[in-house]
Amino acid sequence: MGIITSVSTWLIPVFILLVLVVATWKRVPAYETFVEGGKEGVKMAFTLLPFLVGMIVSISILRSSGALEAFINLISPFLVAVGIPPDIIPLALVRPISGNAALGMTTELIDSHGPDSFIGRLASTMQGSTDTTLYILTVYFGAIGIKKMRYALKVGLLADLIGILASIIVVTIVFG
Amino acid sequence: MVNIIWACMAIIGIVYAIFNGTMDQVNEAIFESADEAVTLSIGLISVLVFWLGIMKVAEEAGILHMLSKLFRPLIRRLFPDIPKDHPAMGYILSNITANIFGLGNAATPMGIKAMEQMKQLSGDSDTASRSMITFLALNTSSLTIIPTTVIAIRMQYNSVSPTEIVGTTIIATVISSVSAVLIDRFFYYKSIWRK
Repeated sequence: MGIITSVSTWLIPVFILLVLVVATWKRVPAYETFVEGGKEGVKMAFTLLPFLVGMIVSISILRSSGALEAFINLISPFLVAVGIPPDIIPLALVRPISGNAALGMTTELIDSHGPDSFIGRLASTMQGSTDTTLYILTVYFGAIGIKKMRYALKVGLLADLIGILASIIVVTIVFG
Repeated sequence: MVNIIWACMAIIGIVYAIFNGTMDQVNEAIFESADEAVTLSIGLISVLVFWLGIMKVAEEAGILHMLSKLFRPLIRRLFPDIPKDHPAMGYILSNITANIFGLGNAATPMGIKAMEQMKQLSGDSDTASRSMITFLALNTSSLTIIPTTVIAIRMQYNSVSPTEIVGTTIIATVISSVSAVLIDRFFYYKSIWRK
């Protein structure tokens, strides 16, 4: 694990070093090019702002009204019947919608069940093996002005479903 | 589709609040979350400026070109629509690499750049192209091999072995990423048959 942690910390600085060395070698005006690229970043962040405000407000209305929780309670019996542990259901349902909420839930599950419990391991695996589909869709398509996303959402949500089921099965086999 | 989902989440929430008596919380959440979203966008500026700056230098120095050459065989199969040597390939690869190492902050700007390049390829249309959806599918299925955030949380809660979930995460990630590509292909061919 020591190796993996150091790879993660070294990767970015070493990449920057490589870029700057090669750029200087090839006589690219490094600083000017950096500033030029950075300007795009400022523009992009402001382009994204309305997309994020819209999506995050809508999600938080759904959550704060209690409707999301009610929905989760409603379908929990069916999911339990299929063999999905009840404690993990809220996390599984929230994961594609909100990254912050999911991270909060994972932390809460690890806190209340312990990191080395079955639920703690399952929550950890699920958190790492799925991603916030709605956020990615909003940011990536929002930034470049895609309005017709065709089958993108369906693919994203189905991939989430499979990721969640895969986590449950793999963790059950390995740690169960 | 996203129009309907977006409106429905808010509509369902407000209607539910009418019957459930949670209007106070909803009212508060609207303004708090709008605030939170602005903070998030502003917070993104630092990462976006820094990474897009560095990536621009990398592009000018020919590093993205080198990267895409190296992994061309694999990526070409995933994105048959993108011409070889196109800068989109370099950005896609940088995004995937950053994701694998769990560097979410570095992955987003590169992902957006990749999308921008793909948009140019599709003639500036406002409709998602085939390669955009494949790229999105890969990203939403999560490519993380080293879930740094989760490991950090497990350490905070004194796990005996904070990294024991790396193995299960990798297996689950591989399953979900492979499935994402297969599902993507399925819908793509379905959309062609329909025409």
